[in-house]
Amino acid sequence: MLEVSRLTTVFDLASGSAPAVDDVSFTVKAGETLGLVGESGSGKSVTALSIMRLVQPPGRIARGTITFKGRDLLALDESQMREVRGAQISLIFQEPMTALNPVFTIGDQVAEALLVHRRATRRDARAQVVDLLGKVKIPDPAARARDYPHQLSGGMRQRVLIAMAIACKPSLVIADEPTTALDVTIQAQILDLLREMKSALDLSLLLITHDLGVIAETADRVAVMYAGRIVEHGAVRDIFRNPQHPYTRGLLASMPGASRARGQRLRAIDGAVPVLGAFPSGCAFHPRCPDRFDPCPTTPPPEYAVGAAHGARCYLHDAEKVSSSASRPS
Amino acid sequence: MPLVEVSHLVKGFVRGGGFLRRGATVTAVDDVSFSIEEGETFGLVGESGSGKTTTGRCMLRLIEPTSGAVRFGGEDVLAFSRRRLREARRHMQIVFQDPYSSLNPRMRARQIVEEPLVIHRLGARTARRDRVAELFRLVGLDTAHLERYPHEFSGGQRQRIGLARALALKPSFLVLDEPVSALDVSVQAQVVNLLMDLQEQLKLTYLFIAHDLRLVEHICNRVAVMYLGKIVEMGPTSSLFASPQHAYTRALLSAIPVPDPDSPKHRITLDPATVNREAALKEIARGHWAAI
Repeated sequence: MLEVSRLTTVFDLASGSAPAVDDVSFTVKAGETLGLVGESGSGKSVTALSIMRLVQPPGRIARGTITFKGRDLLALDESQMREVRGAQISLIFQEPMTALNPVFTIGDQVAEALLVHRRATRRDARAQVVDLLGKVKIPDPAARARDYPHQLSGGMRQRVLIAMAIACKPSLVIADEPTTALDVTIQAQILDLLREMKSALDLSLLLITHDLGVIAETADRVAVMYAGRIVEHGAVRDIFRNPQHPYTRGLLASMPGASRARGQRLRAIDGAVPVLGAFPSGCAFHPRCPDRFDPCPTTPPPEYAVGAAHGARCYLHDAEKVSSSASRPS
Repeated sequence: MPLVEVSHLVKGFVRGGGFLRRGATVTAVDDVSFSIEEGETFGLVGESGSGKTTTGRCMLRLIEPTSGAVRFGGEDVLAFSRRRLREARRHMQIVFQDPYSSLNPRMRARQIVEEPLVIHRLGARTARRDRVAELFRLVGLDTAHLERYPHEFSGGQRQRIGLARALALKPSFLVLDEPVSALDVSVQAQVVNLLMDLQEQLKLTYLFIAHDLRLVEHICNRVAVMYLGKIVEMGPTSSLFASPQHAYTRALLSAIPVPDPDSPKHRITLDPATVNREAALKEIARGHWAAI
């Protein structure tokens, strides 16, 4: 369905050009949910924008290919790309308040997607909009279509964004932190809705989030990003049961309730999340890594196969490097 | 005697209205009562609009409550004069959620931490400097960074600055309003550990306001669940998480995404119409109360 290969998106900063997304490769297969997990500055949102070709200057896609249903998206001209955006690949943003235009009604905004892609005439757009709002379980959809965004709750606004995203029956939906701004009970409803839409419409889903709980409940496969690179990827069960990168292990172990009894100190990861332009050399996680040894600070590790369809970018999986190292990790 | 005692706290806000027109009153906090023992971490959980943040702010009179009583060390905080209140604030402080907006961007870290000492006229300049350095070390910051501005620090470090400022006056009680929810996952645990260490070291009492139930379960001794301005359930953490009694608590706990792909999902949805808003809290197990 979607194949991203060696994607590098750089930001041209005053201090030089910095790769926000660095040599990232992954695939999203038909009908599956790939969870892209990472913290702030990990490059997960820039990856989404790169796929949609919506990266704004000073950012630019420097290298790589993005193949969607056999077409190279980076080779399309802007008008061809507009046919892809919204119609074949759509994007759901995090902030349902800022993603909706406050001066147009909900109905107008959902209709716009249909009209732009000529999926409906003005005449039958209204009926389709009401039908879409009903599909995303907005009560009394005909009346809500006449509401403005501020008249709806955060959860309802997020449903509207989902309705817009599925309006043109895309085959891939990218959801960038779709539940982060929502309360936990509303989050649960939105995740349930996304899952339902996915199977009802036979969608593939690229779910971007920082929340490992959301990933565990929603994703089939997971890619973990840190400082612009995918450091580990695999089936969701492998990532949670058998994490092979120290960063993934650290994240899972640091969660309350993971390994510690109530009231005990958590297993924290030392240090801070690096910011763009100041990513550490070699493996970017090495300054925070409890298992670092001599090759880590110099060259970024390649990906090592650590299981079936499970890879990790970490020198711990290089038997030769580990055995020849003076400061061998324990 | 509990250190902090809140009884029948009510806060109404006037909403809507306009020129020569009165709006409707919305009751954000509706007859809320609880007490916190010395050295305890008391969790206040609920979703946005449940009144948890308003409750915390009313307790410090950052917002003036409409009615009710807040006793701190036996004294009624709501009856204090402005002057007496300022004195009392030395003992009760707050740490805000967002370390990006809660620190003045034009002040150096040293000034931010020193300001409460200046306001309360504590110590001469050199003594204050020493105290600020001591506070920096206490919260795990590097004293070489005293003259930096907030934007030069990471989110976790900024939250440490907020904490150092809150601790400057040696309070015994801290309101922690979502203290880690704006931080990256890998940094949250560091700040949580720091909060636990400081509590032990300085014998602090915490009101921990949060929506992250996993975290609340980990660090709180007792928890109160707020729903639409009222406490619907309250009890020892273990008892409340193991056997939630109120329909809202059950729905809330069942909605937490579990970081385990094999954990069974039993989502309980709440029908707001079935909640009896008038039900009083009843003790259903030792110290465990529910409005059912």
